[in-house]
Amino acid sequence: MGKIDIKDMDLFYGSFQALKNVNLEIEANKITAFIGPSGCGKSTLLKSLNRMNDLVEGCRIQGKILLDGQDIYAKSTDVNTLRKRVGMVFQKPNPFPMSIYDNIAYGPRTHGIHSKSKLDDIVEKSLRNAAIWDEVKDRLKKSALGMSGGQQQRLCIARALAVEPEVLLMDEPTSALDPISTSKIEDLAADLKKDYTIVMVTHNMQQAVRISDNTAFFLLGEMIEYNNTEKLFSIPSDKRTEDYITGRFG
Amino acid sequence: MTKGRKIESIILKILVYAAAVITFVVLLFLLAYILINGLPHIKPELFALEYTTENASLMPALINTVIMTLLSLIIAVPFGIFSAIFLVEYAKKGNRFIGLIRLTTETLSGIPSIVYGLFGMLFFVTALGWGYSILAGAFTMSIMILPLIMRTTEEALKSVPDTYREGSFGLGAGKLRTIFRIVLPSAIPGIMAGVILAIGRIMGETAALMYTSGTVPDMAKTPMDAGRTLALHMYNLSSEGLYMDQAYATAVILLILVVGMNTLSAFVARKLTKGK
Amino acid sequence: MKNWKEKGMQGVFLLAACASILAVALICIFLFANGIPAMKEIGFLDFLTGQTWRPGNNIYGILPFILGSIYVTAGAIIIGVPIGIFTSVFMAHYCPKKIYPVLKSATELLAGIPSVVYGFFGLVVIVPLVRDYINTHGIRGNGGNSMLAASIILGIMILPTIIGVTESNMRSVPEQYYEGSLALGATKERTIFRIVIPAAKSGVIAGVVLGIGRAIGETMAVIMVAGNQPQMPQGIFRGLRTMTTNIVMEMGYAADLHREALIATAVVLFVFILIINLCVSLLNRRNDND
Repeated sequence: MGKIDIKDMDLFYGSFQALKNVNLEIEANKITAFIGPSGCGKSTLLKSLNRMNDLVEGCRIQGKILLDGQDIYAKSTDVNTLRKRVGMVFQKPNPFPMSIYDNIAYGPRTHGIHSKSKLDDIVEKSLRNAAIWDEVKDRLKKSALGMSGGQQQRLCIARALAVEPEVLLMDEPTSALDPISTSKIEDLAADLKKDYTIVMVTHNMQQAVRISDNTAFFLLGEMIEYNNTEKLFSIPSDKRTEDYITGRFG
Repeated sequence: MTKGRKIESIILKILVYAAAVITFVVLLFLLAYILINGLPHIKPELFALEYTTENASLMPALINTVIMTLLSLIIAVPFGIFSAIFLVEYAKKGNRFIGLIRLTTETLSGIPSIVYGLFGMLFFVTALGWGYSILAGAFTMSIMILPLIMRTTEEALKSVPDTYREGSFGLGAGKLRTIFRIVLPSAIPGIMAGVILAIGRIMGETAALMYTSGTVPDMAKTPMDAGRTLALHMYNLSSEGLYMDQAYATAVILLILVVGMNTLSAFVARKLTKGK
Repeated sequence: MKNWKEKGMQGVFLLAACASILAVALICIFLFANGIPAMKEIGFLDFLTGQTWRPGNNIYGILPFILGSIYVTAGAIIIGVPIGIFTSVFMAHYCPKKIYPVLKSATELLAGIPSVVYGFFGLVVIVPLVRDYINTHGIRGNGGNSMLAASIILGIMILPTIIGVTESNMRSVPEQYYEGSLALGATKERTIFRIVIPAAKSGVIAGVVLGIGRAIGETMAVIMVAGNQPQMPQGIFRGLRTMTTNIVMEMGYAADLHREALIATAVVLFVFILIINLCVSLLNRRNDND
């Protein structure tokens, strides 16, 4: 059993079927990459893992997604608790229009931590974990909107870490960043996997090769192949995977 | 180009410039006229606490205006903001009920103030038995400014990027917390601009208050007392014809207040767009 | 517990959203319940087409006031619409960028001036001007308080509405139309008046209708300059009374049927406004569909 098990999952937007019969086991403390051409459903699948798709009108899911063996779409599941356990970093950095400190403290406060000393500890620890503490420790009370794009994204990762999730979902976290910021985020992800299970959508195959342990390839709403990253990129078993990774389409 | 066409162009151009000159000269003239005639009559005794037949002080009316404004806002702002939250954050598109809310809000914003005044008189003054009172006036005004506050709040909420909402939900925050901690604080400048505009509206209103808050020139001691606001005070002074100097002075004060409110609102709104 | 709070607050928001529905319902109920019986008692036709208003003799015909409202509004449109549309052309196409923000806030300021200040301005400036004109030309009048004075003041008051709506509609006309016409060798003026304005037509009309709504509902500015004689309108230099001013003039001392007849006047006014609102939203809907 993996950290997350996806079983016979279909997803519909209204009458359009965006994901078809996906079966996938995501291993704990590994980085799993979702790759594929745009519109293949990889982001949609990622957003199903912490039910961010609930916000989309007309979105319907069949099949099961199990987190530690428990169905996250069961009636008894509290969405907010689920999202605390399965954190998310978005494509574009989206810090809230408040201070750096308050951005990080927002999550813990949401989940009931109000003690000043505890919050101070969490803020420092999260920022350290996200490798941005040294850059911002002198301006915690300044607005987060004044930071550079790469810093903002690491802040968002720190913000996600502050609620102590078990899984971290990253939706093309470097697509809006320059190469230097990108490599910082990649190093960070590789560093974080010892404590977290990371699932990352990327449009960049080199990135998947560089940092992921397992890779799933998606095409037109179907999962074509799922394997150890090294194997998938060296000896793909499916012709379509081979075409994609050798750059014949996409 | 034919000669006719050329003449047509010249005439149109002249008309365009002439119209613009008329518009802005009229405005300038109006402001200048009232300021020039009113400023010399602004004297300390106009701000005496008591209104007497010898001294038509505007202070009681000014205090009534402040109380009226505060009361109206206390009633209308929560309703306006909450209903805007419902429309933007909860309502599903194409819902019949939402259509009804929009239709009634549009209707409210088109109703003339005298009709509000009459309704206030029938409902708050007579049916509820409040009599001519600041409270009746404030309730009437709050209905009148409700559509304005709703519309500006709605626009302010809509302009908050969805990524903020996603970010908050992604951290496991519920809808309520997301709205009150993330969305509303980001929308505050827009909401403030609307509220300030509403303050200007209340301060300048006359017809809706004549038969709800009454025309007594004294200061209201409780919200159940009658009392006239500055605009109403000015109307009474000028229609009585006995205190024209004071009417001019009151016009200046009223103009400064209302224009100040409008400018402040525009300033706040501009700050909002610049912050983006 | 948490879920309960979420649901509870959603209910609160929903209730707040019902406030406007409740307000409109209450306004309709109270106006109609007090006005319709009076109309019945007077006779619908006698009420709406009666030319005499003499509460002392229990004669209640509001035709003079309906006509009064229509006349001053028409006057305001004749004065305000051309100036407003030409000014908005200036704002959208001629105004130098540097002074635009100043003029833009000036038009907003025009909208913010309270009606009682407009009325006062009319009383001390426009009415004496009309009076002088009447006196020098030996025309019969009521000392300058007149339909003309009311129309001029209303014409000024509706300017910001017309300028605002027309300008924004003209600006939403695609740039290609403008450029396309210029490229064919048409002058700037011809392009604006033959291409841009026709393309923005329904928006411009919506602005005018909105202005009509403002003018017909205006009370205080009219009452201070129109003379308010309860008689059939008798020319632009004579005084007249509108529906709105009729209510304000007599509500203070009216009782019984007289009072209800005034409320019935408000009902008629309300119906006028509803029709105008309907026109505006139909026009806007057509705009959105374009």
